[in-house]
Amino acid sequence: MTAMAPIPGRSTERSLAIRTSKLNLWYGTFQALFDVDLDIRQGIITSMIGPSGCGKSTFLRSVNRINERLGYVRTTGTIDVMGQNIMDPEVELVQVRKQIGMVFQRPNPLPISIRDNVLFGHRIHNAGKRDARSEEDGIVENALQTVLLWDKVKDKLDKKATALSLEEQQKLCIARLLPVKPGVLLMDEPCSALDPKGTEAVEELIWELRGEYTILIVTHNMAQARRASEECIFMLMGKVVEHDDTGQMFVTPKHKETADYIEGRYG
Amino acid sequence: MFEATQLNRRNETTQKLFRLALGGMTGILILPVILILGTLIWKGAPVISFEFLFTGPTKGMTAGGIFPALLGTILLVLVALLASVPLGVAAAIYLSEYAPNNWFTRAINLAIINLAGVPSIVHALFGVGAFVIFFKFGTSILAASLTLAIMTLPVVIVATRESLQAVPEAFREACWNMGATRWQTIRRVVLPNAVTGILTGVILEVSRTAGETAPIMFTGAAFFLPLLPQSVFDQTMALSLHLFVVSTQVPNMPEQLPYGVALVLISLVLLMNSLSIALRMYLRGKKKW
Repeated sequence: MTAMAPIPGRSTERSLAIRTSKLNLWYGTFQALFDVDLDIRQGIITSMIGPSGCGKSTFLRSVNRINERLGYVRTTGTIDVMGQNIMDPEVELVQVRKQIGMVFQRPNPLPISIRDNVLFGHRIHNAGKRDARSEEDGIVENALQTVLLWDKVKDKLDKKATALSLEEQQKLCIARLLPVKPGVLLMDEPCSALDPKGTEAVEELIWELRGEYTILIVTHNMAQARRASEECIFMLMGKVVEHDDTGQMFVTPKHKETADYIEGRYG
Repeated sequence: MFEATQLNRRNETTQKLFRLALGGMTGILILPVILILGTLIWKGAPVISFEFLFTGPTKGMTAGGIFPALLGTILLVLVALLASVPLGVAAAIYLSEYAPNNWFTRAINLAIINLAGVPSIVHALFGVGAFVIFFKFGTSILAASLTLAIMTLPVVIVATRESLQAVPEAFREACWNMGATRWQTIRRVVLPNAVTGILTGVILEVSRTAGETAPIMFTGAAFFLPLLPQSVFDQTMALSLHLFVVSTQVPNMPEQLPYGVALVLISLVLLMNSLSIALRMYLRGKKKW
């Protein structure tokens, strides 16, 4: 069993993309997550907010098991992604990473051409073989169209990706996840290295992607969480305090801690 | 209001003094290099000719050329490179990209650095014991080159490891997050970006290998051979040993001949280095991040 269940397209019913139960995580002896039970719905944008060190990035990095690279991380509990526990021993890590794409705080395009960046993931999951040029061209155009970058870069696909502006680099980093058809996109403060204009552009793009992809986005920017997500999770000290409809949470938070944080009294 | 005060003037004098002192030290440092190269070119250049480069020595080595030694050095360096580059680069990739960061890996790294500090005569004796006697290669090009390879391995490993580690971690993370295996990451992203640094290691190795005398003296280099080597199991002459011989071991040696040999040896090293540097600049020009 290597492949995970295929992702249905836009889902109308409230099916779950990610469900964790009793998720605990330790960095050495320091416990970063405490019994995290979260149901994250498929096809919507869920934002995670909370002060630094509250465990939101740790949670995000558990969902594609990138945390494990640090040898001293220990996890208990289950993380179901699209119905399958990714902590199972028979789960293939490469498939997890393929189905669950990740976007980082700092855009990290590879120092190769724009075209090769978009095709990188596709090629490594294709036994290293290259498809016919026309087929690859189609993939590149498709992915770049989706991230609203095609018109800007279509004439310089063979230029180094590292020469692009940060905003374009971040869009490219999203674009290169798409050809392998992931179900979930994890974004760790994807706009914090960008200027306000870039932030707006990338937010717009993320908004466009919802529906087809389940997006989980960690942010320090309250306004961003408010305008660019449908559900919102507030974490504090490794625990989930509140998980609600974003509009609801920002207008009438149920917990005092949430209200304090949203109104900027700490964090 | 803006005039210099006493203190300003004193500070200015001090700083001039130090500039002079530091500049003087640098000058003293450069002086020997200029003197050595100058003397070599001044005294050695008249000896250099087509015959000198492409014929063998005659009259008990007091006349004729140095072709067997020149060819021998090139052969020794090439065979040593063939052995040490694949081995060293592979070991460095393992240590940098695969090995867990624990006490054992750290001990290996420490051992490699210490290996670089072992005197060349010790490597020579190891070469005699291991390659000449145990593996029964005899005193031969193969034994001498392998000794040189062992001696220069640490340089290759350290240089390769450092250039691998200079590749930003973000590139690796990007690859792993797309589901690339470690090897795919190394092959497609890490190595292409580390190749200039690896070449630097090889450059250093070449210059060191070509000039070494002790490690090849006992393992494969001969004072004088009437014939050119036919295979890697033959002995060979070498420039460095030849220089030692014509400078100290042969009576009635024309004064300029050793200078000529030294000049050829230095030029050979410079030539090989420039080739590598040119290649490196070409490859660096192609990358950018």
